Amino acid sequence: MTLKERLISYGLPALALLALFLVWEWAVYQFKIPRFILPAPSVVARSLWQWRSAILGHAAQTLYTTLVGFGIAVGFGLLLGWLVGFSALLYKAVYPILIGFNSIPKVAIVPVLVIWFGIGTVPAVITAFLISFFPIVVNVATGLATLEPELQDVLRSLGAGKLQIFRKVGLPRTLPYFFASMKVAVTLAFVGSVISETVASNKGVGYLMIAASSRFDVPLVFAGLLVIATLGILLYALFAILEGRLTSWAYRR
Amino acid sequence: METETSTTTQAAVEFRGVGLTYRARDGSTLALDGVDLAIRPGEFVAIVGPSGCGKTTFLKLTSGLLLPTQGEVRVQGKPVRGPLKIVGMAFQNPTLLPWRTTLENVLLPLEIVQPHRRLYRRNRGAYREKALGLLQSVGLEGFVRRYPWQLSGGMQQRASLCRALIHEPDILLLDEPFGALDAFTREELWLVLQKLCLERKCTTILVTHDLREAIFLADTVHVMSKRPGRLVARREVTFPRPRGLEACFTPQFLDLYQGIRGLIGEVREAT
Repeated sequence: MTLKERLISYGLPALALLALFLVWEWAVYQFKIPRFILPAPSVVARSLWQWRSAILGHAAQTLYTTLVGFGIAVGFGLLLGWLVGFSALLYKAVYPILIGFNSIPKVAIVPVLVIWFGIGTVPAVITAFLISFFPIVVNVATGLATLEPELQDVLRSLGAGKLQIFRKVGLPRTLPYFFASMKVAVTLAFVGSVISETVASNKGVGYLMIAASSRFDVPLVFAGLLVIATLGILLYALFAILEGRLTSWAYRR
Repeated sequence: METETSTTTQAAVEFRGVGLTYRARDGSTLALDGVDLAIRPGEFVAIVGPSGCGKTTFLKLTSGLLLPTQGEVRVQGKPVRGPLKIVGMAFQNPTLLPWRTTLENVLLPLEIVQPHRRLYRRNRGAYREKALGLLQSVGLEGFVRRYPWQLSGGMQQRASLCRALIHEPDILLLDEPFGALDAFTREELWLVLQKLCLERKCTTILVTHDLREAIFLADTVHVMSKRPGRLVARREVTFPRPRGLEACFTPQFLDLYQGIRGLIGEVREAT
């Protein structure tokens, strides 16, 4: 990357973020919006600093439940995606169930999970998993189902069996789809764990926000939002880098 | 099995009354009908015919990717019952795997076909050398680490030829491999292919709609009729090898060309 490209790819987003905060700050002062409605970024930053140790602990909990749930979603999603993409019959059989399942608001499931597992870490992990596995399954299955018959013929003409075709062609072919879905899924996983924490937990950023809002400490609520957004961006970036490393062939750079 | 096949010199590929019907939801199509053909070991056979006449079907039957609905296909005396590993195939599209470099693409058959698959780990160095040698012989030595999309169409097709040959198949099947290339690149690759075939002496079946290509490369040219495909004529090409591109302009070549051209014309008119 040249210096100019580097400036554009890192400088531009930073600039946009700065602009957002400036407009926000300006609007709050200009329209005299009370702090318990919409706190200015500077106020949120102060609150973030004031509660830093508590926030750090809650953020660690949220990151933990998110990543565990997401990890399970990746494993399960890959497996189910491969199976469903591999077999047209299974695809037909299972797809409506998956759609139906994905249509259920996950916040409606949390109370059930609480009855089953109690409050805390377990329902958060499960919610993160439930909300994030769907895009992985659909993407991986699509990648496999749209495998070019010509590429399969190349392998078949060498006498390769189904499993070998899967290993040599199907698996690499699904990787770009898989990584694209990971970037979506990891941000969704945050949504899942935070939803669960707001409903049924005494740990995590979701809990922190609910507790803060019940005290009308809106700056702290916003601090929580910022923390989640930051974590989301960081994980997204991590998977984007992984994607670039592992599937650069698909992007022709 | 009967023993008559071993009494005479065994044909490399033999079609006996082969027919193939594709079944689709909207009815069935007869793609090939009553094809009889014997190909000697080491022979270079070209099959020409109008597009959609069943040439690709013919190759798929030879390789075992398709099984005949009538008659029998025998390769080296044995009836074909499924995909064969003694064939190498190059397709109209280069069909290189986009996530593999040129070298890795050429090595692919060795990861699949036995006994190479078993020996792959142990012989990796030797196999790489072999692939590099093959790539060098088609002029791709500077592009072994490139990905397919970084190569031109002609280069991709060269790599595809190398992939078809790396496991030293007894039979090379070429499905219009130069159809998508410009005339100059195509002629250049004829020479490359001729060189490779002379070196390896493998039985080769080339399917093409380019009559010049067929005559230039083949020992025997078969003409296939419109669907359902039948072999309607056979011409021997006896020009000495290696043939140079100037052979295309000798009177004998042009006579043969005109003769077969006329036949194809008749085939196209017939309904």
